[in-house]
Amino acid sequence: MKHQFDVTDQKCPMTYVKTALRLEELEEGDILEVLVNPGEPLESIPKSAETAGYKILEIKEQDGRFLIVIQK
Amino acid sequence: MPESKRKKKERLSLIVFSGDFDKAVAAFTLATGAAAMGQEVNMFFTFWGLNILRKERGRRFKGREFLTRFFNFLMGGLDWLPLSRLNFGGMSPRLMTYLMKKKGVATLDEMIEAAKALKIKLIACEMAMHILDIDKSDLIDEIEEVVGVPTFLEYSRDAETIFIS
Repeated sequence: MKHQFDVTDQKCPMTYVKTALRLEELEEGDILEVLVNPGEPLESIPKSAETAGYKILEIKEQDGRFLIVIQK
Repeated sequence: MPESKRKKKERLSLIVFSGDFDKAVAAFTLATGAAAMGQEVNMFFTFWGLNILRKERGRRFKGREFLTRFFNFLMGGLDWLPLSRLNFGGMSPRLMTYLMKKKGVATLDEMIEAAKALKIKLIACEMAMHILDIDKSDLIDEIEEVVGVPTFLEYSRDAETIFIS
């Protein structure tokens, strides 16, 4: 299943903390598309997610923001 | 966290000695960040740090003797955590919370919520509680255990340990 999640209104550490909590709710194999602002969250969320054992499928730009596609 | 995919479980232990507002924010920022990245996180609250976790957020005379009642009243709970600098008689933490909200940064309350959600192990120091006449029932229910140093050290084995003073 594909899910969307917006963390553009969040700041460190909640950008990734909320993403991680959302990922925990998902089933194995599910995909989470996380919308982030450029800068710190774009840098750190993919790294943090990979460290936690998730897979980054794609990062794409969307009107000045970025969509990080993560698979559980 | 998907345990099987991780190479090695990293652990972080924080000894929260300080009860200053700003240092509590720093401690919870670090702890929630690490837990979200899949680390196993322990937070050990001792002395002034216990004030962060009192059920009673305000000031209350509590204790079995005059001195502890006096101390507990003066320390207060979450609403009375002082800023380590420029406290201005307790006004600054309120101003700081206002600024944090305005700038979209999680407040201390939100970070404590996140810590619970991330299953960070919150533990309290038995000895400090004994000195100050603080009972487990005086602390928030999320405190998993009241322990002594040997148990904490056992939990912190092979962990990165940080002392928040």
